[in-house]
Amino acid sequence: MEPIIETRRLSHIYSAGTPFEHGALVDVDFTAYRGEYLGIIGHTGSGKSTLIQHLNGLLKPTSGQVLFEGKDIWESKERTRQTRFQVGLVFQYPEYQLFEETVYKDISFGPRNMGLDEGEIDRRVRQAAQFVGLKEETLEKSPFELSGGQKRRVAIAGVIAMEPSVLILDEPTAGLDPVGVESILGNIHDYHQAKNATIIIVSHSMEEMARTVDRIVVVNDAKIPFSGTPREVFAHGDELEKMGLGVPAMTRVFHRLKGMGVDIDPSVYTIQQARDAILAKLGKAVV
Amino acid sequence: MALKDITLGQYFPGTTIIHRLDPRVKIIGTIAYIVALFLAKWLVTYAIMLVVLAALIAISKIGVKSILRGMKPILIIVIITGLLNLFYTPGQGEPLVSFWVFTIYPEGVWAACAMVLRIAMLITCTFLLTYTTSPIQLTDALERLMNPLKVIKVPVHELSMMMSIALRFIPTLIEETDKIMSAQKARGADFDSGNLIQKAKALVPLLVPLFISAFRRADELAVAMECRCYHGGEGRTRMRQLKLKGTDIAALILAVVLCVVIGVLGRYGF
Repeated sequence: MEPIIETRRLSHIYSAGTPFEHGALVDVDFTAYRGEYLGIIGHTGSGKSTLIQHLNGLLKPTSGQVLFEGKDIWESKERTRQTRFQVGLVFQYPEYQLFEETVYKDISFGPRNMGLDEGEIDRRVRQAAQFVGLKEETLEKSPFELSGGQKRRVAIAGVIAMEPSVLILDEPTAGLDPVGVESILGNIHDYHQAKNATIIIVSHSMEEMARTVDRIVVVNDAKIPFSGTPREVFAHGDELEKMGLGVPAMTRVFHRLKGMGVDIDPSVYTIQQARDAILAKLGKAVV
Repeated sequence: MALKDITLGQYFPGTTIIHRLDPRVKIIGTIAYIVALFLAKWLVTYAIMLVVLAALIAISKIGVKSILRGMKPILIIVIITGLLNLFYTPGQGEPLVSFWVFTIYPEGVWAACAMVLRIAMLITCTFLLTYTTSPIQLTDALERLMNPLKVIKVPVHELSMMMSIALRFIPTLIEETDKIMSAQKARGADFDSGNLIQKAKALVPLLVPLFISAFRRADELAVAMECRCYHGGEGRTRMRQLKLKGTDIAALILAVVLCVVIGVLGRYGF
């Protein structure tokens, strides 16, 4: 697969030269491939937020490089600005960034900054609204009349409207009810499918991660200790526990079974896989 | 990010004797020191003031570096005051230099040095107060010191409560500003380029969410305070009672002595 964003020995130090100095990232090599659905996990303060803010040039590395499509994003001012449009970043609780009089105007803020013509802006706003399931009539409402979940959709649409080839979302489902979580994850999936975009989701919900992503990158203590498919990552169950991350409940049950001397594959993480593993163990055919 | 580097009366926690002094004593001491500064006249008194300040800084273990860093924003005022004194102090003797409309007398040089030193010492001593006293202690002490004003119906408790809340929320709002700024930059907002009007317009996407979030926080805080039965200062007791200890009284006496000594010496032109 072809890499789309890479970091090379990326380090970021906050408050350099003061007593409060600390390294948020130390020599991190990270790669995201074109079209993949990637998850980043790490507990609060592990450096994951710092990492994603480097990917679209919001933070400047203290040392090291960030490459987008093979070119350094800090090469020129113009390049940094273009990267911000190519790599869309949705922050945590994005609903707090809304400011316009109408939903339509708020979603069009990004495309307008890109300097597109009115026709193109209109097309993008309507399409983005459709991706996140906003109705036509909502577009003319004030974003401040909407419910929390609706506001979040508007904010996500505001980034999707720039049609970025990489969409990064920091805890997009935090604080939503289960129905809201499913529907937002569905919207993101639709965008991934329709535009063949690279999706990077930051979360600390293992269950959510396990169901949605192709590959997981673990961030801990300013470094990336390991990455791989959910199965590979969850095989590091003990290390994940030590980092305070834990594994999906299903994986924990199977790790425990294995510990009790049952000869079973402990890397399962969905109910379907668990069912198959148990049936296989019992010697019955997988239906 | 530039926003994070603002030191706004930043408190450096510590356990030195200055940190542990009663905040009321520290406020009175600071005022006494400022009064003494204005009573100081000439070399001897200035030297005493400087030694006292240096000793206080040494005891409090606040790095000279952090004091100098705090000094940066007022550097221009200090320089301008110094220059004005340098050029506009008339003298009796021969002028030192004279060019165009400017003439500099030896008296001017002295006046400029004295004024710059005075302002620098004044600011450093207030830094010493805010660096060694947490905002909570400060407002607490102010409330107690202003207590007599209750007689003339000044809402002392409410004022100090407002002050502590305002102080408490400065870092929160700075963090919030940072976050919203990043979020809008991610959507291509440009806060740095363009002319003045464009720059002012660019602030709308920052200010609207910031105000909304400030109001939301205020609302949440009010509800939280009411849930805990807050109803103003009437009959309210405090968790930390301020009590004067031996060291506090000693510090007060020293402050008064300093004022008197400088006052007397200054009067005789030292």
